[in-house]
Amino acid sequence: MSEDLKLDEKPKRDDEPKGQKVRPINNGTVIDHIAGGQALNVLKILGISGATDAMVSVVMNVDSRKLGRKDIVKVEDRELLEEEVNRIALIAPDASINIIRNCKVIEKRKVDLPDEIVGVVRCQNPNCISNTLEPIKSRMLVKAKNPVLLRCLYCEQPLTERIAEYLI
Amino acid sequence: MFMKRHVLSMREFSREEIDSVLDLAASLEPYARGKKSDMMTGRVLALLFFEPSTRTRMSFETAMKRLGGGVINLGPAEGSSISKGESLADTVRVIGGYADALVIRHPKEGSARLASQFSPVPVINAGDGAGHHPTQTLLDLYTIKKESRLENLSIALVGDLKYGRTVHSLAYALSLYGADITLVSPPNLKMPDSIKADLSGKGTAVRETNDLGEVINNVDVLYMTRIQRERFPDPVEYKKVARSYRITPEFLASAKKDLIIMHPLPRVDEISPAVDDTAHARYFQQSFYGVPVRMALLSMLIQGGA
Repeated sequence: MSEDLKLDEKPKRDDEPKGQKVRPINNGTVIDHIAGGQALNVLKILGISGATDAMVSVVMNVDSRKLGRKDIVKVEDRELLEEEVNRIALIAPDASINIIRNCKVIEKRKVDLPDEIVGVVRCQNPNCISNTLEPIKSRMLVKAKNPVLLRCLYCEQPLTERIAEYLI
Repeated sequence: MFMKRHVLSMREFSREEIDSVLDLAASLEPYARGKKSDMMTGRVLALLFFEPSTRTRMSFETAMKRLGGGVINLGPAEGSSISKGESLADTVRVIGGYADALVIRHPKEGSARLASQFSPVPVINAGDGAGHHPTQTLLDLYTIKKESRLENLSIALVGDLKYGRTVHSLAYALSLYGADITLVSPPNLKMPDSIKADLSGKGTAVRETNDLGEVINNVDVLYMTRIQRERFPDPVEYKKVARSYRITPEFLASAKKDLIIMHPLPRVDEISPAVDDTAHARYFQQSFYGVPVRMALLSMLIQGGA
């Protein structure tokens, strides 16, 4: 079920091993190489909840040469924007993004954290002004990408471990 | 050159910017002592203190009034719109419309930065929870420069180095001047590793000890802070520690002649009143220097310099 797709390559319908768990998609976005167990957090970061109209496939804990175990998320008929997917690097720094159009991979890239993450991760300091009812979004400055080190713009508290627990 | 719009954290100051504040403060000192000034005539400073404060609030008020300006006060929170549930963002937008600058003290960390995002006028952070209190650090630096020296300084920071925001900001600022810093605290109140790492990263020599007697002969400045009783679950342990960090004239017998003792005040037991009459005591001057330093900041932020 490896999804190491190359540009202009058709998803390998015929080459997929038997017992394939999720069929390839015709149009949309495939997020591959998500660290095992993080797929649901990836959906959370993308703002995809049970209320979505999009057809979403989630595969968890697939064998991966690179990661040992990996998760895969496929979102049909929706090409995710770069700033949307880059936030995934918070919890899945090795993730790769494949944009599929007419059954072909038209774009493939790695995720890359932006310099600032707005409204995605809340500050872990309970006494921070960003954790009150003020009309602001949380703002985290990205100080290091691997491992990820965030710093709250408001109270300057660092956040580096258990980031998934602080997703909004 | 000082080009700031707000004063929120010492981390945003370069050494050159600090020097420009200290130089201007020195030139304003006669006005802080009562020489007449109309520099701020027609200007209004708003004080938004959501937490009690004596020295900081009154020295800002003195600074503005001695420069000929006016001051408006938030007053007790119970009687204001805050008790009706108004957000800080709205309060700051409204009061920013009445004044030329805002001084804010608030119990939440990051509140001053939030205020700066909504205020139409400059914001000065006068303490945001356990966060920053940059004007205290600037007045500490001014005191050290006036009463001792900032170059080749050997300083001991003493007391609660874990929770004391004053010493965190001061240690950071002193690292810009290459000071030799000794941290003296009981083991449970040591300076957090992240701050120490920051200092050594800047090439600052930092030593740690829990024995004040070890350092007293060698330092130029003794910066005392209060050790709070509530940090110790065991009252006996508190008493023991508090006694070992108490400065008396006898304890100072072997100190350098020109040693100065500073304290952000209020003090409790950590400096004996008998020390007040020695040549080492500088904590009351330090407190006074808050006025010229805050005058300098107000004139830089409101008028772009004197």
